[in-house]
Amino acid sequence: MATEDSTGLVFHPMDQFIVRPLFGDGPVHWYTPTNVTLWLALAVLAVWLLFVVGTSGRALIPSRIQSMAELTYGMVHKMIEDVSGKEGLRYFPYIFTLFCFILFANMLGLLPKSFTTTSHIAVTGVLALLVFLGVTILGFVRNGAHFLGLFWVHSAPLALRPVLAVIEVISYFVRPVSHSIRLAGNLLAGHAVIKVFAAFAAITVIAPVSILAIIGMFAFEIMVAVIQAYVFTILTCVYLKDALHPAH
Amino acid sequence: MENVATYAELGKYLGAGLACIGMAGAAMGVGNVAGNYLSGALRNPSAAASQTAMLFIGMAFAEALGIFSFLVALLLLFAA
Amino acid sequence: MFSLLQQTAPAAVDQTIIVVPADPAAGVVVAETETVVAAGHAAADAAGSAVGMPQLDFSTFGNQIFWLVVALAAIYLILSRVALPRIGRILGDRQGLMTADLAAAEDFKRKAREAEAAYDRALAEARAEAGKIVAANKAEIDAELKVAIAKADAEIAARAAESERRIAEIRESAATDARNVAREVAAELVSTFGGRPDTAAVDAAVDSRIKGAVQ
Repeated sequence: MATEDSTGLVFHPMDQFIVRPLFGDGPVHWYTPTNVTLWLALAVLAVWLLFVVGTSGRALIPSRIQSMAELTYGMVHKMIEDVSGKEGLRYFPYIFTLFCFILFANMLGLLPKSFTTTSHIAVTGVLALLVFLGVTILGFVRNGAHFLGLFWVHSAPLALRPVLAVIEVISYFVRPVSHSIRLAGNLLAGHAVIKVFAAFAAITVIAPVSILAIIGMFAFEIMVAVIQAYVFTILTCVYLKDALHPAH
Repeated sequence: MENVATYAELGKYLGAGLACIGMAGAAMGVGNVAGNYLSGALRNPSAAASQTAMLFIGMAFAEALGIFSFLVALLLLFAA
Repeated sequence: MFSLLQQTAPAAVDQTIIVVPADPAAGVVVAETETVVAAGHAAADAAGSAVGMPQLDFSTFGNQIFWLVVALAAIYLILSRVALPRIGRILGDRQGLMTADLAAAEDFKRKAREAEAAYDRALAEARAEAGKIVAANKAEIDAELKVAIAKADAEIAARAAESERRIAEIRESAATDARNVAREVAAELVSTFGGRPDTAAVDAAVDSRIKGAVQ
């Protein structure tokens, strides 16, 4: 695209995030199969391959793939137990679904020419809202009005408590925003930076530096992909703990 | 009229650049979290493993604000 | 020179074209670059991106959300129906097996310890037995030795007594013989000198003489 122009660099860091229909050039309706659909499907496929095909041996001494699946299971299981307590384990399948989806979407997004579904606010926003609504409803169902005690800090002096309550309420409602933007922003930033470095590679003199920078950035992005999936999940666990035990 | 548009353009770029300063704050915050974790872990290595979750939670909170500033820069560049 | 944008390109083209007369040399290059960017972006625009940040293109939100929900439901069903119970069972089985194996190992260890104790006990018993046998043998040998020594002592004493008796006999016979010989010699001497030996007187004289010599 326009690289034949020798007088200047052309940056298209955001083009990789454009949602396009898979077939043809028509408008994007809600049901249109798009590149989003494709990469979401690939994430589902990857989950299926790792957790269903990979464990199909049911081996007592696990193969490599099976032990990866078991390690992931064990890690999330332990995280929920440590952060949310034993009661949190009832919601293990939901949290594990979130973790697996985000992890695989992030990692698939790192493939060249791919589309990163988790870099879109729409996707992460839905994930964060699911967590937010789920946790809030759960909190009210389990604790009733006691759930509001989350905002009433008993350890603070009485005069300060209303002020703190306002701050707590605001921070509670900012949760889904920061929860979703953290994930989308991290991936968006990393991918855009890689694209900017890639554009610099068009200049012969800078190209080696640029390529090295892309390699370094890519390694960093792999780390970010895993850590962001972990962070999203552990924050979900923290919110779940608040819903299960709202007392401060 | 054209000048107004040009100045608006100028302001957008300046604003985007200024928004990037916010990332420095996030960088300091994340560094602070990691550094304090490390010094704590070196003092009491046996307690370090149990606190990695807290490390990541703290890093995530510190980093989110940097991401917000990055987002502001992007909005100014591409969406304003 | 570097254009970081795509969507502002059409607007920028207008501006640069207006700016061109003020700065012809620079303007031409800028206009050229921008036109290229605009051309490049036209394709993207045609593909459905209305704004510069595709993340904020609300027209695609419905599509993304719909497919995301479908994907999440699929992953949830895969995980909760198949994968998680299976992995849980595998881990549980392994845990159970490990517990059983550990118990068995503990059992074996206990048995080994018991066997060692039994061996030690047997060893101590054998050692005590050997000591007893040694002591018994020693006592027996001592007794035998004592008996033998006593026997030998008795024999030696008997022999010594016998010898003494024989010596006494010999001495007795020697004394008698000497007296007889002396009497006979004395009687012969007396008869030879022409006398008539008085047996009793001769005997008395010989006896009194011999008494000092023999006894």
